[in-house]
Amino acid sequence: MAVSNETPGEAPRKGFLGWLNKRLPVDEFVKTQLTGYYAPKNFNIWYFFGSLALLVLVMQLVTGIFLTMFYKPGELTAFDSVEFIMREVDHGWLIRYLHSTGASAFFIVVYLHMFRALLYGSYKAPRELLWLLGMAVYLALMAEAFMGYVLPWGNMSFWGAQVIVNLFGTIPAIGPPLVEWIRGDYGIADATLNRFFSLHVVAVPLGLLLLVLLHLVALRQTGSNNPDGIEIKKNLGKDGHPVDGIPFHPYYTVKDVVGVGVFFVLFAIVVFFVPTFGGLFLEGPNFDQANPMSTPEHIAPVWYFTPYYAILRAVPDQRMGALLMGIAVVSFFFLPWLDKSPVKSMRYRGPISRIMLAVFVVSFIALGYLGLQPAEGLYVMLARIFAVGYFAYFWLMPFYSRVSVDPVKQVPERVVFNAH
Amino acid sequence: MRTNKKRAAGRYLLAGVVELVLVTVASACLSTVHAAEEAGKAEEGKPALGADWQHSKAGTTVEDQAVLQRGARNFASYCLGCHSLKYERWSRMAKDLDIPEDMLEKNILPPGDKPADYVQTTMPAKDAETWFGKTPPDLSLIARSRGPDYLYQFLTTFYADKTRPTGANNLRLPATAMPAVLSELEGVKRAVYKTEGKEQVFDHFDLVAPGRLTPTEYEAFVRDTVTFLDYVGEPSQASRRSLGIWVVLFLLVFTWLAWLMKKEYWKDVH
Amino acid sequence: MADNVAVADESADLSRRKFLTNATIATAAVGAAFVAVPFVESWTPSERARALGAPTELDVSKIDPGQMTIVTWRRQPIYVVRRTPEMVQHLQGHDGDLKDPESKSSDQPEYAKNVLRARKAEYLVLIGTCTHLGCLPKQRFEAASAEMGPSWPGGFFCPCHGSRFDLSGRVFNGSPASLNLRVPPYEYPNDQTLRVGADETMKGTA
Repeated sequence: MAVSNETPGEAPRKGFLGWLNKRLPVDEFVKTQLTGYYAPKNFNIWYFFGSLALLVLVMQLVTGIFLTMFYKPGELTAFDSVEFIMREVDHGWLIRYLHSTGASAFFIVVYLHMFRALLYGSYKAPRELLWLLGMAVYLALMAEAFMGYVLPWGNMSFWGAQVIVNLFGTIPAIGPPLVEWIRGDYGIADATLNRFFSLHVVAVPLGLLLLVLLHLVALRQTGSNNPDGIEIKKNLGKDGHPVDGIPFHPYYTVKDVVGVGVFFVLFAIVVFFVPTFGGLFLEGPNFDQANPMSTPEHIAPVWYFTPYYAILRAVPDQRMGALLMGIAVVSFFFLPWLDKSPVKSMRYRGPISRIMLAVFVVSFIALGYLGLQPAEGLYVMLARIFAVGYFAYFWLMPFYSRVSVDPVKQVPERVVFNAH
Repeated sequence: MRTNKKRAAGRYLLAGVVELVLVTVASACLSTVHAAEEAGKAEEGKPALGADWQHSKAGTTVEDQAVLQRGARNFASYCLGCHSLKYERWSRMAKDLDIPEDMLEKNILPPGDKPADYVQTTMPAKDAETWFGKTPPDLSLIARSRGPDYLYQFLTTFYADKTRPTGANNLRLPATAMPAVLSELEGVKRAVYKTEGKEQVFDHFDLVAPGRLTPTEYEAFVRDTVTFLDYVGEPSQASRRSLGIWVVLFLLVFTWLAWLMKKEYWKDVH
Repeated sequence: MADNVAVADESADLSRRKFLTNATIATAAVGAAFVAVPFVESWTPSERARALGAPTELDVSKIDPGQMTIVTWRRQPIYVVRRTPEMVQHLQGHDGDLKDPESKSSDQPEYAKNVLRARKAEYLVLIGTCTHLGCLPKQRFEAASAEMGPSWPGGFFCPCHGSRFDLSGRVFNGSPASLNLRVPPYEYPNDQTLRVGADETMKGTA
């Protein structure tokens, strides 16, 4: 039997574990969080990405710690120090590629993780705070990735920082002094680089860890949602556990290991064979040193920011564009209250909801592609169209979600499960 | 039960093989992206590049030591006068390209430089700026920032232009400050235009004065040199790829085992 | 355990379960060990450190007899002393006062395991770091000086804790240091040139 043997009334553990348990709640933790935490048994492929996100976070921390041992922040030394890591530190190139590929992998995993919530209504009550904490993690992640990209001090690092920091200048009244305050200088400079280094290495990771911890605690409090969107705690068995639940350990620990394996295979293929990923993960212009006198031909942020970048450039007015871009990100926060559907899971929603979700996905991907292209002609027109699709998903939701319920499929009492 | 197990075992094996095949195919596709593509081939006596010069590919093969050695020699002879490779050490080059240290010191290493030194040019930067208008850039990372195809096109599209201070212009980088230093090898080309609608559009090159190399030989010269620059951009790429094969294989085995373990435990769940 | 979860009760399945679990854990452990390798290796001296630690050369004919010059090799001070014939003579006759007169416990290449502790009598090459706690010993080459006393044959005196060494770097009794001053690998590519940091045993190492 793969279950912990601690039950009330049993004799306390002997030996080292007995000593430890008197001083730290080790067994209690295992019982409440692992072997005694019941998760719905119908988790599908969309449920791998939470544990994978945690894995990537740990990997970024470890590789980041080692990179910091050799990287030298400062406008005169940063670029050279990255090449030093790539060429002269033993296996430095591997640590660098793990970190750069890990950043992109983080966003792939997080976007798929967020999509699961859209698919199954995992943001709906009682999981609103779980969703908000997750969104806070996402924002912190975006800040972390943006600042991390500045650190190599390549030409795209410099000009990307220039463009994004300048956006803050569009805020009425406080804009321009705010920009100078962020930069610490009259243009992106050594001061900016060094403070981004400190934030990227210390401050934001600490914030990320705290937010991820709160996110996990909030998850344990409500229990996981599932692809059928029903609350398994409503249906308890004779032993007091949900009839549709299974202990997280060993069933989901074991299943998540498979997810980790598949992830690592794909990750390793990229790291070892296509680390630049055609210029998407490591952009060509960033192999030129930062040059305030020479703008790259196409300034584009890294791929994971391009959907929002496309929205920014779709609007002819800079201030309105920045505002709309901000609303695009912030819209996610409102989902628990925009969604008026009586059912959680897309499986039991009507065709309009499904179409709108598809519109959102297509718009997001299309905007992502368009954000990489020059902002002219057909590209701008398409960006406007898809921006409408993007916003429609959120802001029309109070209307279409209320009425869009699947006419045939009823929300079941028990989860739909096929043995596998 | 036993027949179920046998069937299950067969299914596991099949799944493992399928995953292996899929990953191998994926890797093959990815490596085809990197594989040497044939650049436009020159007919004897005629430059190959026509109006489609922008599609010509470098076709670098960084695993080929002979190519890299020739490229290194080409660089030392024709490029080192103005361009440095400030992140590459001579000793690293000798080790990666299988050049014995005595041959390095005799044939390639400039006098006064030690093997552990970085590859520096002798031209003082200030003088270069005076002569050319800008300092010839360091080329350590040029293959990563512009790409090998760009470099190949740059080195094969110089043509005579009296209006330029250097007497030469370039299709890939119009108004380049770099003179046509390789014209002794390539010869001197003239750009011939044709009228398309209202515009003058590049049609083809004419070789007005032959160089020491035939067009085919020159293309091979450029390919060797660009491949060398590709290597300099990322000297560890060869070991990266060879290590990667083992890593992916190991991870496939691990994933297969983990999957078997998962199936075993999930027999419990109905 | 929930009602819907039933463990198959065949003992064959349980042993298969155990085997697979152990096999997967073992493979994961092997993988983790391999992953640790590049991180651990990243701490070894970088290419730059090794280049900076390359052998140092100097022209020994430029040193005046009886004088010492200091060069750097691998971030350590290297003492090069051009010994006069008189200084070489003063190496004899005080073996009883030395802790390790034949350099049996001390650290030096094979060719320096002798009274001269050098390849050539004329030049003494030492790592100028006291074998006690690492200070730089000062030169006291004058024999029987007022400061060092009438029986002083000439050598080195460490100001930190008072260790004394003779003109071959051998440590005297009564010193806090227990080992003779270390001799680095070195060779003479020609008569004037001393190359510190390379010798016949180091050929082929980076």
